[in-house]
Formats: sequence, C-alpha cells, structure tokens
Amino acid sequence: MSLLQVEGLGKSYNLETKVLKDVNFTVETGEFVSVIGPSGAGKSTLLRCINRMVEINEGKVIFNNLDVGSLKKKDLRKLRTDIGMVFQHYNLVPRLTVIENVLHGRFGYKTTLQGVLGRFSEEEKEQAFFLLQKLGIEEHAYKRCDQLSGGQQQRVGICRALIQDPKLILCDEPIASLDPNSSKVIMDHLKSITNDLGITCLVNLHQVEVAQDYSDRIIGLRKGEIVFDGKSALLREEQINHIYGTERRELITV
Amino acid sequence: MEMLRGGAQPKQTYIKRTRTGRINIKAGNKVELVTKWTIAMLAVLTIMAFFFFDYTGLQLERAITETAYNLKTMFLEPTLSHFSWGEAFHQIGITVGLGVLATVIGAIIALFLAFLAAENLSKPWISKSVRVVVAFIRAVPTVLWVLIFAIAAGLGSEAAVLGMLFHSIAYLVKAFSESFEEVDRGILEAMRATGSNWWHMVTHGVLPSTFTYLLSWTFLRFEINFGVAVAMGAAAGAGGIGFELFMASGFYFDLREVGFITYAILIIAIILEIVSTQLKNRYFPAAAKN
Amino acid sequence: MNEKAMRKSRWITTVSLIIIIGITYLSAVITEFNFIDSVATLPKALSWIFANLWITQETWERLPAILGKLNETIFMSIAATTLAAIISLFLGLMGSKTTKVNNVFSVLARLIASFSRNIPVVAWSLILLISFGQNSLTGFLALFVGTLGFLTRAFIESIDEASQSAVEALQATGATYAHIVNKAVIPQSLPQMLSWILFMIETNIRSATLVGILTGTGIGYTFDLYYKSLNYNAVALVTFTIVIAVIIIELISNRIRKVIL
Ligand SMILES: Nc1ncnc2c1ncn2[C@@H]1O[C@H](COP(=O)(O)OP(=O)(O)OP(=O)(O)O)[C@@H](O)[C@H]1O
Ligand SMILES: [Mg+2]
Repeated sequence: MSLLQVEGLGKSYNLETKVLKDVNFTVETGEFVSVIGPSGAGKSTLLRCINRMVEINEGKVIFNNLDVGSLKKKDLRKLRTDIGMVFQHYNLVPRLTVIENVLHGRFGYKTTLQGVLGRFSEEEKEQAFFLLQKLGIEEHAYKRCDQLSGGQQQRVGICRALIQDPKLILCDEPIASLDPNSSKVIMDHLKSITNDLGITCLVNLHQVEVAQDYSDRIIGLRKGEIVFDGKSALLREEQINHIYGTERRELITV
Repeated sequence: MEMLRGGAQPKQTYIKRTRTGRINIKAGNKVELVTKWTIAMLAVLTIMAFFFFDYTGLQLERAITETAYNLKTMFLEPTLSHFSWGEAFHQIGITVGLGVLATVIGAIIALFLAFLAAENLSKPWISKSVRVVVAFIRAVPTVLWVLIFAIAAGLGSEAAVLGMLFHSIAYLVKAFSESFEEVDRGILEAMRATGSNWWHMVTHGVLPSTFTYLLSWTFLRFEINFGVAVAMGAAAGAGGIGFELFMASGFYFDLREVGFITYAILIIAIILEIVSTQLKNRYFPAAAKN
Repeated sequence: MNEKAMRKSRWITTVSLIIIIGITYLSAVITEFNFIDSVATLPKALSWIFANLWITQETWERLPAILGKLNETIFMSIAATTLAAIISLFLGLMGSKTTKVNNVFSVLARLIASFSRNIPVVAWSLILLISFGQNSLTGFLALFVGTLGFLTRAFIESIDEASQSAVEALQATGATYAHIVNKAVIPQSLPQMLSWILFMIETNIRSATLVGILTGTGIGYTFDLYYKSLNYNAVALVTFTIVIAVIIIELISNRIRKVIL
C-alpha cells in the first residue's frame, strides 16, 4: 500500500472558481517529490488538503490507510502528528527560544493539560538538541527566533517538523525567502532527511532547476490540474512550457 | 528511526541545565524576568486594592440586583421627559461643538508647537523642552484644567474649551511632530540644497506631504474630545448632553431619560469610532498609540 | 499628470479647510463661544492661577489625608485595569481572527467591547452611583467597564498582528486550541498587551479623578471638596500630588516598556 493516495481531489474556496480539479497521484514511502507550477496553480492548497488544514470538497486523500477527509477531530490531531509541515515564512513564534519552538512539534502527542503546563520530558529535550545539532544550529538553542537569519529559522522549522517523528513532511516553498546559499543548505537537509531517515518529502517549489536537481519525481500543476507526473529526468523544456504556459518566460528573467 | 532518537549520545556542550539537572528551555533573560515581575506586582497590588477600598454604605447583593434592574429600565424603556427632542439635539450640538472647538483650536496651536518639537525641524534643546512641558500638561487631568479655568476665567463654554485644549494640544503635538519626523530626509536635504529657507521647507516640503496625516490625527482627537466634552458637561458643568445626563441621574433620578441620553451618546460615539477606524486602517496600519 | 494630481490635492486641501472653518463657526455659535473673549480672559485667568494656586505652609498639614485618598485612587485604577485585562484577554481571544472559536462568539465579544467602550465612563459612574452608593467600589466598577472595552479592542489587534503564521504551524502539528493559545499566542503578544495595560493604568488614574468627582470617591472627591469650599491652596496641593503620581507611574511604565518591547 502506498503512503499517500490522492484520488479525484477537488477543492474550491468559493462558488466561482475551482482551485483543484480531479487531482490524482500516489506517493510511496521514501520518495522525494516536488510539486511545481505557476503562482496560483493551487500548490499550497494541495498540500493543505493532505493534512486537512483546509477542508476537502471532493474526492479522497488516503494517508497511511486512513481517509483524511472523514477523520474526527481527535483522529485528525493524531494524523497531523504523522505529517510534519515546513513553511515559506518559517511560521515560528518569534519571541520564544529556538529550543521552545522545536519542542512545539511535540504538542500533538500531549494532552491539553500537559501541553499547557509546558511539560516536556528530558528525553524530548535531548532529542530536540540532537536535531538542532544535526542541522548545525545547536549553538543558537537559547536565542530568540527573531534573532536568527532566514536560513537558520528555516532549519528550526525543519527541526520542529522532525521532532514530530513524522512519516511525511510537507514543505510549502521552503526556500522561496532564502538566498541561494541558504537554499542549498535547506534543500540538502531535506534531501538527507529522505535518504538517511527514510521520511517521505512532498515539496512545493518555484525553481524548476532545484526541483530537477533534488527530486525523484516531479508533479506539475497548472490551474488546479496535474499536467505532468513523472521522473525528474523526463521533465523537458516542452513540458515545462506546458506547465507554466507563457509565464515561464518571465520566470527566467527574474 | 534510530537516528532520530539520538541513539549515540552527542556531546552536549550547548545544553543548559537547572540546578536539579533538568534541561532549561527558557532563555532566562531580563525580558522574561521583567515581564514576570510586572505581572506579579500587578496581581499583588490588585489584591491589596480590595483591602484599601472604602466600602461605606455598601450592600453588595442589593446593589447588584438594583443595578441590573436599573440597567434594564434604562436600556429597554428609554424616554425623554424633562426636555424635548429639539432640545436634545441642541444639547448634543453643544457637546459636539465643544469637542470641535477644542480640537480645531488645539490643532492650530499644536501645529506650531509640533514644528518646535520635531527633531528634524528644530534644535535639540527646544524639542526637548517642548516635550517636557507637554508631559507635565498631560499629567493634570482634563477635568481639573476645566474646573480651574472655570474659576479663573468664569464659568461658560470658554472655560470648558480652554481646559480641554491642554490635553488636545499635548496629544496632537506628539502625533504631529512624529508625522513630521517621518518625512523623508531626502526631501528636506534636497530643498536645503536648493537654498530654501526654513519656511520654504515647511510650507512646500513638510506640510504638503503630511497634510492627510495631520487631518486624520485631528479627527482621531475629535473622537476622544467628544467623550471628554460629555464628561466635562457632567463633572464640570460645561453644559451639553453630559450635563443633561448628570441632571437626569443625579437630580431627577429618571432612569428612562438616562437611558435615552446614553443611547444618544452611544450612537454618536460609534459613528465617530467607525470613521476613525477607517482612517486608521487607511493611514496608520500599525495602530499608533495615544 | 503630476500637475493634475497637485491641482487635485490643492483643491482637496482648500475644500477641507473651508469645511473645517464652517463647522468651527457653527460650533462657536451653538456653544456661545466667543473667541475674542476667551483670548482676552486668558491673561486674567493665568494671573489668577499664579496668584491663587499656591501651596501654603498650612496646607501641607493636609498632605497625609490627601495622600490617603490618592492611594485609594491609584489602587482603584490598578485593580480596575488588571481585572479588566483578565476578562479582556478572553474577549480578545474570542474576538481575534486568528484565535476565534466561532463567529457567534467573535461578534459577541466585539459587541460587548464596543458597548462598554462607547458608553462614556461618566454614564457608567452615574448609573452605578445610584445603587452602589458613594464608595470605592462604584469608582472601581465604572473604570473597570470602560477599561474592558478599550483593552479588548487593543488585545484583538495585538493578537491579530502577533501570531497568525505560528498558529497555522502549530495547528499542523496537531496541537490543541489550548496549546496554541498558551504556548504561541500569549507568549508572542504578551509584551504588547502589558504595554497596553500600563498605558491604561496611567489613563485610569486621570479618569479616576473625574469619576471621583462624580461618585464622591478617592482623590476626585477631595479635590471637589476643597474646590467647592474655595480652599484654592489645598486645590493646588491636590493637583500637585496627582501630577507627581501620574508622572512617576509614567516613568515606571516607560522603563518597563523599554525592556519588554
Ligand atoms: N483561504 C483562501 N480563500 C480563498 N481563496 C484562496 C484561499 N487560499 C488560496 N486561495 C485561492 O486559491 C488559488 C490557489 O492558491 P494557492 O495558494 O494554492 O496557489 P499556489 O500555487 O500556492 O500559489 P503561490 O505559488 O503563489 O503560492 C488562488 O487563486 C488563491 O487566490
Ligand atoms: Mg503557495
């Protein structure tokens, strides 16, 4: 059984436009998959349907043999602990320390009372430090997050996702706000998460070249529909033009 | 999965521990400390307050049921009995008028003082002294200014307006001078480079680029001054709807009329609030404080 | 284009000035305000103030009594602000876009806030005075109600701007509402909220004077007594103590603000 199956997924925020139309694909455990497509194609929406940050209108998302769309509140929480999420703007709590932000990834496993009292076990804290060390930012553990650079903050975001002990990590444009060097560091870390830890990654990207360099497979989205789904090597100029339409030209010049 | 757990203990040089050996997750800096202390102090002072209060003649249970009943009468059966609708409008007009006068005159005076207070248009010592004077003026409650002027200048709308002027000026000087300070330094430099004098810079550089902000701030102050004018009517005999409110509740004990007047004030206040919220969202997205 | 825009802006300026002048004139008529008169009385008023508002030797003897009342007023403001802040925190969480539980509560919270904020504190004082009588609790409650509305609006703004993105991230980890509020929203917006609370304490001390005059409590009552008995030296002393108190509290708040913001 595949880790993730998306069947006939449809989504609209309002009555006029359908943001996603009949989207079908599967992702196997240990795959590194990129989703590319022009702005407004529905990439973020697609990712958010998988952990049901937005409600699913049509079709099914099956993760780990669970029908995501029909889960009750409690089971949904449990599902979300299995899916980490990394954001373009890192989405950390700026005033809290790095280590606190990493530990926020454990809330899914806590009862309300444990979480509110702020009880984290020593084991969890050690694990947080271990992850920070692995991503090379252990020395900043007690700094406030708003004192870190963008690349460092994104690594905190990745640590927060990893400490959830997830089966899948969803990344919504993780490098869109970073310079080329930090982008490379982040992408290398994500890649090693899949290679070394066997955690599946589904990454939204704006840069086609990066997607080609790092992913096993690329999904091309255009106006809410999948127009390409295959090995990175198979993605040619022709398909790229098809995905981006005329917008591709502007993209290169930027 | 083993790697995630940190099976092989890493060398944990950066970990800080508490005395009991637990791992710290707080930074433990001054900010946290001051925050904690402030909250603790406020809590202690609040509890102490209830020991300092003077409870003369208080019958809590009766007071609460009575207030509930009074509020019901007020808000569900508002009526006018001691004066007519026309008179009501006239009194509201007086209150609004007091607010307008204090705001407009205040804005004109504040405009000149703000030039002196703005650091980019004035000398440091002048700007400092204006700010100190303004801070002192703000420390005296408006009602005291009005009452003091009422004896010093004789009762009447003049005393009310003069008294209300002080806080209006203080507020607007701060707001205006901050607007001036935000004027692009480049503009001023360019003008200075062409040989413009101070007056040219102000009339052609500073005022045109800040005019809408000044107007919005003035309106925001008008919203405050309407409330102040109501209060001055009630507490300092400045007339207007506030005085009628005071008479209805303290003299005639007519709750229905209190209700009517309260509604009238509420409606105007809400209209003013809606307009000023629109202005704020349009011109000051980061809602500026006082 | 530029020429046109400039002419338009000049036109807007002229029209708004004319409207303002018109409204001001109407206001002067309806309030029977005489501009010349008030300018003329100003020197007289100031000389009266300098001649009469002196703190004399014997008024200092009244200082302990005055300080007692001032004490009551300060405590009243702090207690009203702090307790209102606690309720406002709940209303703020309900009313904010990021943390609202549902739309009904959100609208309700905003309505309560608007109602309590826009009914002036004088009206609350007078209403409460009728049944609570002339004691500290009346003043306390009047300040409490007005503060509630103001702080709720301020807190909604603080919460809205502080933590939208972090809330999304925590939802994605499977955190509950209580986790999110306690560990992301409150830590992030607390300094801003504290700053508003401090601001409100300063404001409330000044309002407490007004409320005191109306409800016969605290320093306002003392002022009113001396004022009505024409004891202007004592009036000066009362004013002086209030000024000192407000300035001290403002200095302390500014210190705290500088560290936490
Ligand atoms: N919460 C929302 N409410 C209403 N419409 C939305 C919402 N979120 C997204 N949309 C709309 O859905 C469409 C797809 O948005 P989405 O964010 O999924 O695109 P995207 O591919 O991620 O774009 P980008 O590359 O700019 O991030 C857009 O037209 C957007 O306006
Ligand atoms: Mg997106």
